[in-house]
Amino acid sequence: MNRYPVWKYAIIVIALLVGSLYTLPNFFGEAPAVQVSAAKATLKVDSGTQARVEEALKAAGITAEAIGLEGTSIRARFDTTDIQLRAKDAIQKALVPDPADPAYVVALNLLSRSPAWLTTLRAAPMYLGLDLRGGVHFMLQVDMQAALSKKAESLAGDIRTVLREKNVRHGGINRNGQTIEIRLRDAQTLEAAKRVIAEQFAELQTTDAPDGSDYKLTASIKPVAARNVQDQALKQNITTLHNRINELGVAEPVIQQQGLDRIVVQLPGVQDTAKAKDILGRTATLEVRMVDESAEARAAESGTGPVPFGSERFLERSGQPVIVKKQVLLTGDNLTDAQPGFDNQTQEAAVHLTLDAKGARIFKDVTRESVGKRMAILLFEKGKGEVVTAPVIRSEIAGGRVQISGRMSTVEANDTALLLRAGSLAAPMEIIEERTIGPSLGAENIAKGFASVTWGFVAVAIFMCIYYMLFGVFSSVALAVNLLLLVAVLSMLQATLTLPGMAAMALVLGMAIDANVLINERVREELRNGASPQAAIHAGYDRAWATILDSNVTTLIAGLALLAFGSGPVRGFAVVHCLGILTSMFSGVFFSRGLVNLWYGKQKKLKNVSIGTVWRPGADAPAKLD
Amino acid sequence: MEFFKIRRDIPFMRHALVFNAVSLLTFLAAVFFLFSRGLHLSVEFTGGTLMEVSYSQPADLASVRSTVAGLGYSDVQVQNFGTARDVLIRMPAQKGASSAQQSGTVVASLCAATGGAMQPDPQQDGKEICKAAAGVEPLSLRRTEFVGPQVGDELAADGLKALACVVAGIMIYLALRFEWKFAVAAIIANLHDVIIILGFFAFFQWEFSLPVLAAVLAVLGYSVNESVVIFDRIRENFRRYRKMNTVQIIDNAITSTISRTIITHGSTQLMVLSMLLFGGPTLHYFALALTIGILFGIYSSVFVAAAIAMWLGIRREDLLKAGGAARKDEDPNDPNAGAMV
Repeated sequence: MNRYPVWKYAIIVIALLVGSLYTLPNFFGEAPAVQVSAAKATLKVDSGTQARVEEALKAAGITAEAIGLEGTSIRARFDTTDIQLRAKDAIQKALVPDPADPAYVVALNLLSRSPAWLTTLRAAPMYLGLDLRGGVHFMLQVDMQAALSKKAESLAGDIRTVLREKNVRHGGINRNGQTIEIRLRDAQTLEAAKRVIAEQFAELQTTDAPDGSDYKLTASIKPVAARNVQDQALKQNITTLHNRINELGVAEPVIQQQGLDRIVVQLPGVQDTAKAKDILGRTATLEVRMVDESAEARAAESGTGPVPFGSERFLERSGQPVIVKKQVLLTGDNLTDAQPGFDNQTQEAAVHLTLDAKGARIFKDVTRESVGKRMAILLFEKGKGEVVTAPVIRSEIAGGRVQISGRMSTVEANDTALLLRAGSLAAPMEIIEERTIGPSLGAENIAKGFASVTWGFVAVAIFMCIYYMLFGVFSSVALAVNLLLLVAVLSMLQATLTLPGMAAMALVLGMAIDANVLINERVREELRNGASPQAAIHAGYDRAWATILDSNVTTLIAGLALLAFGSGPVRGFAVVHCLGILTSMFSGVFFSRGLVNLWYGKQKKLKNVSIGTVWRPGADAPAKLD
Repeated sequence: MEFFKIRRDIPFMRHALVFNAVSLLTFLAAVFFLFSRGLHLSVEFTGGTLMEVSYSQPADLASVRSTVAGLGYSDVQVQNFGTARDVLIRMPAQKGASSAQQSGTVVASLCAATGGAMQPDPQQDGKEICKAAAGVEPLSLRRTEFVGPQVGDELAADGLKALACVVAGIMIYLALRFEWKFAVAAIIANLHDVIIILGFFAFFQWEFSLPVLAAVLAVLGYSVNESVVIFDRIRENFRRYRKMNTVQIIDNAITSTISRTIITHGSTQLMVLSMLLFGGPTLHYFALALTIGILFGIYSSVFVAAAIAMWLGIRREDLLKAGGAARKDEDPNDPNAGAMV
């Protein structure tokens, strides 16, 4: 009766194989590496870049252990940290001639030494959290109220323009917090204003009330639209942060949304919080100016003359110099949105800009006066400007909807839109949590967590083997399999392992042994009550199963609650805890039964099982009575 | 080997009143300390800045304290962390100053106090390290943590939500699987464990951090296990021994599971002990919370939960109805009942 069908053994073997395979990368350790990724959204890292990196290394006489294109970055692995540092300098010199304007991010990193065949199977070592590898962690709170106020402000301007266009007379438009108040003289204009707003501003809802002899129309942003505004603000801030962090040269930055209005930024390996914060908090500005097209400016553009008075020289992203007048026509504040799209007539890739009312008015005047001339859109960051695009004005543009098109691929249109949008933060942010962990502390934490798990495991295994003999050995092997599977699952999911996670690993092993203790005690009890060995094993496993299931479910409930409500260290704990409970059900019951069946199942006339002393009250009673 | 050679069922329930009185007293003491002393909450909950500074020589806490106080920060706590050379500095949130400025000025003045000066780190651009005249590094900043006050409030709220969720989830599961009386008994017994752990933390003013909170909730789930194992046995006994009364059945259930209870907890405690010994200061309070939880978990689930269930008046009929539904097609005398191949 204690036999497993072949398919059950097959499941066990497959689970062990897969488990070992995915646990394996954790044993190879990490090698120093240099990682090259693009610093600008418009640049792509490809095999051409790889060739340049290889060339640079060859020129410096450095041989890389391995070099390859992975995703959007090139990673080169080296033997020692000395070579790594020299290689970084060499690559930096070759790829980034101007340190003030980096096109590529060249960063130091650690890469798994695991062989290529493991990497092709997507088997990677566990992802270590900041507390184990060192680095900086920030949590930023986005000021959503400010984003909504800004939106209301731009809507107020738009309403003003539209009402004037439609000849609806009003007695003043004011923004009050996040609502817009419009004063109207009589019921007729009130109706007209309401109709115009309902037609043109889908995101607004209005309520009106008589106010003395006048009427007051209050427009507020609809909840759905407000959520949209907030979503966009958050996304834009995340994009902006991405662009900025690229400059820091961090190998694997994590920038994630958390909750509705928070952003978590984790920079492994970075120690300097002050610089990181400086970069996170910096504001970029967008400016629209006219291109100086005088003869002197042309000369200056081609490098044959000085820059004329009242103009400045900026570089386009292609490296082409552009002479731009100093007078600023518009700033990024007037730009409400930038989206990539297509030209309606020519089907060319284009970028669609939306300006607010003030911006639209200025834009209309400027374009009317300068048809045929070029205008430049500049992005200023760190006090340094760059021409994003410098299109030719084809006709007067009214209505605040601007399209930039011509000589642009879809990818370029996407990138330009992103740059225009990401230039500045949509809403101010505040750092509400910050953590720095030194690299030595990280290494120490790994060692401590590892020691806790190892010694705890050894102590439990020794006790089990002494107390339950062969069944104890089975239990210990099952516990080892549990650890193996847990590490494999964590590696597969690439869940972040933290110090509390390692504590959870130790704890879950301590709890997992419960299943085997329950089974072993039950088998002993059956033997004590006079069951035959085979029947005792069978009944022991069967009767213990219901109890094991119940107790694991209650533990799992606690784990899931921690996962749902926990943040930071608690979440790291909860993930490992929950996964560990699941793997322990497999290893503690299914796998250990497999071992027992394999050992004892074939013996038809089994007289004895090695499960330690089975004490019977009757058996040694006389000995104790005398 | 066999530790538990128990001849007869131990009459646990005869002493139920005493056990519960002991339990109640501990509980009341814990509540008293919780209110009179309060929990020593970590920076994660209160908001503020925490710095861990490592000295090359054993640190003089008094001078560190006076240096930091000299900067005009009030309510600063300075203590050793793990070794005599590591110092933990805790500062409440200051208005106006960002945390980087705060930790920067503190490290600079501590550095000056040891006779060193801040110099750029040759290995990392932009980072400054403390260098003394002889070129040694008298102290280094190992980690800083800054938490804004709004985060702290939220964490506390989330912690309570998680607790409520665990309690509700476990009660619903136990009520479905067993009976509501068991659910109530198990939750009362185990929540009182939680309060007792908190009481210990309040009495000794140990630091209550997020990992400790995780430990407390994990212990709640874990010690409910205990009650479940005993309740499972009670249900089985009701089915099997039709002549015994409720008290005898409970006594028998506890007696026959006591060896498992102690061995399991012993094993888990071995693991926790290993964390306590090797895990270092970061895991110290985590392991401590687990230790208390495990010890009181045994006590409460063995002595308290079963007794409460008894006083709530569990009967054979309650359980056989609920449990019988799942396995009504089985003969209780069939040794192969529920067997699967």
